Amino acid sequence: MDTSQYLEIFIDETKEHLQNLNEQLLVLEKEPDNADTINEIFRAAHSLKGMAGTMGYKRMQRLTHDTENVFSEIRNGKMKVSAGLIDTLFQSLDALEGYLENIQQTADEGTDDHEPIIKQLNEILASATGAAPVTPTTAPVAEEKKQETEADEKLARKYKKMKLEEHELTAMSEAYKKNMSVYGMTVHIQESCILKAARAFLVFKALEEIGEIIVSEPSVQDIEDEKFDFDFSLYLITQAEQEKVKTVVKSVSEIEDVVMEKIENTESLSDSVETKTEEKPEIKEEKPAQAAAQAAPTKQAAPAKQPAKPVVNRTVRVDIEKLDALMNQVSELIIAKNSLVSISSTESAEATLQGLHEQIEYLERITTNLHESVMKVRMVPIESVVSRFPRMIRDISKKLNKKMELYMTGEDTELDRTVIDEIGDPLMHLLRNSADHGLEANDVRVQRGKEEVGSIFLNAYQEGNNVIIEVGDDGNGIDVESVKAKGIERGIITPEQAETMTDKDIIGLLFMPSFSMAKKVSDLSGRGVGLDVVKSKIESLGGDVEVKTKLGEGTTFVIRLPLTLAIIQALMVELGGEKYAISLSTIQTIEDISVSDIKYVQSKEVIHIRGAVIPIIRLDKILDIEPREEEPENLTVVIIKKGDKQAGLVVDNLIGQQEIVIKSLGKYIDNTKIISGATILGDGEVALILDTNVLI
Amino acid sequence: MEENKVGLEGIQYIVVKIGSEQYGIDIKYVDNIVRLQKITRVPKIQNYFKGVINLRGEIVPVMSLRLKMNQAENEYTNAARIIILKLEPQAAIGMIVDEVKEVVTLDEDEIEKVVYNAKEENAGYIIGIGKHEGELISLLDLNAVIGEKENV
Repeated sequence: MDTSQYLEIFIDETKEHLQNLNEQLLVLEKEPDNADTINEIFRAAHSLKGMAGTMGYKRMQRLTHDTENVFSEIRNGKMKVSAGLIDTLFQSLDALEGYLENIQQTADEGTDDHEPIIKQLNEILASATGAAPVTPTTAPVAEEKKQETEADEKLARKYKKMKLEEHELTAMSEAYKKNMSVYGMTVHIQESCILKAARAFLVFKALEEIGEIIVSEPSVQDIEDEKFDFDFSLYLITQAEQEKVKTVVKSVSEIEDVVMEKIENTESLSDSVETKTEEKPEIKEEKPAQAAAQAAPTKQAAPAKQPAKPVVNRTVRVDIEKLDALMNQVSELIIAKNSLVSISSTESAEATLQGLHEQIEYLERITTNLHESVMKVRMVPIESVVSRFPRMIRDISKKLNKKMELYMTGEDTELDRTVIDEIGDPLMHLLRNSADHGLEANDVRVQRGKEEVGSIFLNAYQEGNNVIIEVGDDGNGIDVESVKAKGIERGIITPEQAETMTDKDIIGLLFMPSFSMAKKVSDLSGRGVGLDVVKSKIESLGGDVEVKTKLGEGTTFVIRLPLTLAIIQALMVELGGEKYAISLSTIQTIEDISVSDIKYVQSKEVIHIRGAVIPIIRLDKILDIEPREEEPENLTVVIIKKGDKQAGLVVDNLIGQQEIVIKSLGKYIDNTKIISGATILGDGEVALILDTNVLI
Repeated sequence: MEENKVGLEGIQYIVVKIGSEQYGIDIKYVDNIVRLQKITRVPKIQNYFKGVINLRGEIVPVMSLRLKMNQAENEYTNAARIIILKLEPQAAIGMIVDEVKEVVTLDEDEIEKVVYNAKEENAGYIIGIGKHEGELISLLDLNAVIGEKENV
């Protein structure tokens, strides 16, 4: 059966289930007797297994099955939750995540069997219950009747291995009620057959005449495309007798044989879906004459498909309420359009003008709302990123043998999808940082009169057009003196420089590449690829990082991110008749200065404003704009900042503040870094967006 | 875009004029042909790019075939058009031509392959010469014309 169309859903849901399992296991670790949690875990594991089975991921199914067995024993009270058990379960979750990753990349689960984990799971089971480990996949096939001939074995009953969907099983039960029969069958085509797709089609057609085909494997589409070997399997609902069905199939030429059975009830089928251990062969079969002569055709494993490319599109799950709101606004938009149409057809000019104004106002309101709604659709709560952190902190805590607890607030704060995708790694890094060298060792904490268990916190909240994420700890804080010493030792700063640097400047050194404070390199941090990566990542998302620290009391990293990347508030300026946009977030002030105020330092133009010396950048020169014929006495200067640095951009005119949609210039233009994109103005004109970060 | 009625053999080309020469553009890459409109200059880009235009809400870069062919830029007349090409989805590019003449179908035997001549600076942009009703049409190798990235 072709399952590729479900792959996306499968990946999404598996992720959810795994996340859920992770969370519940953490709860279980703390409250080993919480029945609700155990039930929840069992349910999630069970659905996971069912889904993996449906998609044909055998290894994944097997691992989940064994995991589920363990949960099942816990649920039945036959086993106690122990630390070792939880560890093993976490390991198997990690292994499942590995499978999922593979599937996401290649649509294939990979070949790792994770035997050690399975073995461990089964040992736990065995020791706890005293029973032999259950290994369903290797269990011998139950054979009730031994009348299967050799030929039958060759002509494998592939239909038994088919996975049946819920609705297909329902269809079968319906059929029983109507006194119809259900047959499962595998049809084998002669290997000499050239047009096997055509033959298969004829079989389908013949069967459709006497009944209804519920499901086939491979799918009808694949069969039409000849994407199958020399056999295919299907389930048929019909009123006809078994012999009749058989004759019908065999009447198609070049059909080697058909193996079929009457399915008496759906239980046996759903069982076979569940465990694949029980099979109830109830067939009488005559030995086909040619079968012995032919080489076993069915042993050919699944056709070696080219590993598919990552099959998954980037999707956003959208709350149905948001979509409803969107729909409402679109219908309002249509109404507004209709009123405009009707106004344009009215005769009286006076009435037209007034109505037009009203409608335009209305239209404006709708588009503003519409814009807001569409942006909301792109927003995802940061929960999807941060929910994996408790598990991570638990692992780190075990590894470092340091007791710590993670407190999170504001998981429902929403951010643009593109930001969410990128923010995970930096946050993880900061948390590790806090856990590894933010928090002191437990005994040191006790000595210092702090609580033994260190706390790490992650708070997210919205502030204006920004989202703030704070990651911090109540550990030792940053020792400015030791950073300073390190900086001198590394040759990043000179001792003289160090004297004049403020504490803030020194802490800023932490964000320099290759500056690591860890005294020894641990698994977790201290390789010097740390904070500078965090900083550059966050800056590439248009945000910034700030550090607040107090020696002995803890450190907090404050990350400030724009709500969305696609739309920004910008200041529109004019230069030689061309319009440019400057992101409002980088603008500090706008100054009107007289030309005589410009001073020269090292033959560069600077101005001196409120105690700061700010270099002046002549945008017209940088952007190859013809200079103005006569320089006016007063210049309009937009002061921009990047971190602690400032610069003044000389512009001709200010147009005003505007919300702009960022569009890319496309890949053909060898982009100068100065222009970060373009936007379309209200009159359809294109304005370029200046990336002022490059200018400073 | 209108439906292509490509015959069993032969490829359809849009014939455009640059100066006195005729060039053929494979129709399957042509997304649209629009009138010359206001082009927003983008500073510091390749010299044969004139800038970007707003094509129904999309930003599309526009290059000048004249400049690319190292011919002098002259005033565009009312006949000038921007041909919007899509060599791959999501990446449109505009090309200014002096005039769009017609669409011709060239069979294989009407196309003469060109021998690459290193001395000829524009030779790399042509994949063949089409002969149609006594006139010669240079067939553009769009991948070469567009794909190549020159340093300014």
